[in-house]
Amino acid sequence: MNLTLLWSTFNLGLLYGLLVLGVFITFRILNYADLTVDGSLPLGAAITAILIYTGTNPFLATLAALPLGALAGLMTGILHARFSITPLLSGILTMIGLYSINLRIMGRPNVPLLKHGTIFDALTGLGISLRASQTVIALAVIILVIVGLYLFLSTELGQALRGTGDNEVMLRSLGVNTNRMKILGLAISNSLVALSGALIAQYQGFADINMGIGMIVIGLASVIIGEVVLGVKSIPGRLCAVVVGSILYRLAIALVLRIRFIEYTDLKLFTALLVTIALISPKISKRFKQAHKLAVAEEGQKDGLSEKVGG
Amino acid sequence: MLHISNLYKIFNYGEVNEKIALQNINLRLAAGEFVTVIGGNGAGKSTLLNCIAGVYIPDQGTIHLDGREITRLPDYQRAASICRIFQDPMTGTAASMTVEENLALALRRGMKRRLVRAITEKERKLFRDKLARLELGLEYRLTTPVKLLSGGQRQALALLMATLVRPKLALLDEHTASLDPKTALRVLELTRTLFEKENITTLMITHNMEQALRMGTRLIMLHEGKIILDVNDGEREGLTVAKLIELFHAASGEKLQNDRLLLA
Repeated sequence: MNLTLLWSTFNLGLLYGLLVLGVFITFRILNYADLTVDGSLPLGAAITAILIYTGTNPFLATLAALPLGALAGLMTGILHARFSITPLLSGILTMIGLYSINLRIMGRPNVPLLKHGTIFDALTGLGISLRASQTVIALAVIILVIVGLYLFLSTELGQALRGTGDNEVMLRSLGVNTNRMKILGLAISNSLVALSGALIAQYQGFADINMGIGMIVIGLASVIIGEVVLGVKSIPGRLCAVVVGSILYRLAIALVLRIRFIEYTDLKLFTALLVTIALISPKISKRFKQAHKLAVAEEGQKDGLSEKVGG
Repeated sequence: MLHISNLYKIFNYGEVNEKIALQNINLRLAAGEFVTVIGGNGAGKSTLLNCIAGVYIPDQGTIHLDGREITRLPDYQRAASICRIFQDPMTGTAASMTVEENLALALRRGMKRRLVRAITEKERKLFRDKLARLELGLEYRLTTPVKLLSGGQRQALALLMATLVRPKLALLDEHTASLDPKTALRVLELTRTLFEKENITTLMITHNMEQALRMGTRLIMLHEGKIILDVNDGEREGLTVAKLIELFHAASGEKLQNDRLLLA
């Protein structure tokens, strides 16, 4: 793999890192598998792309993704918390609804941005390359988001959010409206996912109606890879770890694509397999450990018996 | 203090498996009373506590706390005045969060959660002082995730969390039942110092009749959703487990199939 490819893989990993941070909030902090992301990522891409296409400042166009993403999360949260629809179904309903909304926003399935300036052109005027500009901007956004999330999670409100994901019964007994916490968490998560979509659209030069398919699985894969590889326990450590996971996931994809018989369209299957393995491996290793312990114990008993017989 | 009148709770109303969990419950608690609650399985003890806590909304009747009607208030809005301890130590604490994070969550029971730092240095000192009094060495483990503590330690922590902000009413639901006998005794002792000696109005469910007679100032017995026995301090003197079972027979009008149900 040459250096240029490695560099752009790194950049893309950072941009998807925002999606991964969003998935981390729902999946790990709130303990909620939120499928809304498959709709909120293209939502962010759609609004930003159409705004840039129609001449809005790219910076403002990118910011526009945040409230829309939050609104998508709010929708899922209300479906779940107010109307007791299961987490999975709430997410699916919002995601499907967003498909139509995204088409409405863009007015067509695909909005090209190649002839338009994007947020990544902001620094090219300073004499650095586009790729370097992408890295600087992506890193700046990621650092800002990680620091912001860390500070938020150490506030009273943030702790109540963490507690809600950990032990809802207890948090209610301590006076926390856990429904509101879930809605808040979903809104924050999906605003980050939409921001991710907004930046990815500008990075790749287009927004596409189908760009959200399988985003939840990519998010989960990255979260799990980051946690397994870095194995850190603290909140700031985990926030950084999942972004590293996102970059490692992109690297894995780039490597897999170099295998001759693998087509680009096989990637979703690859990702699904990766997540499946990651999800079942703790259970399998537990079973192995148990079997091992049992074998050791039996061995010990046999030894004791033979000693007695011998004596 | 607590005034329950004419309370009914029916599960699966109008269906084959309809169950009248509480019927015509009338109960008045004076401030500072420590009441033990006994009764067989399915007698309605937990349902009663859950109605007071707001987990279940009763079908009929009213609940007043300190003169304010709370019958239909959601559970999280009652938390400012009511604290709860659960049977399972896992329910009373957040496993993945640290000792100090759990305490900080409890220190703001019933308060609005703001966008300010969750734990200040001053609070950390307060936590250390309070934990030291438990004599479990937890004051040195402020940043340990609670999942690494034993069941007894977690329940002790839960008791401390419940009293960090003085509650008007404490609801303890068989909070020593899932602990080993030695730990249960310690947690019971802690219940005495943290609730009884502090004159916190308390309802404590227990399966243990000895315990029910020894603890607190008053004892009530539930059977099939009704209060069939209510003995106050004076009458409780000289009451034994055997007499209690006799009283149960007389009040319920039926022979208990298996006294162990009550004694267990």
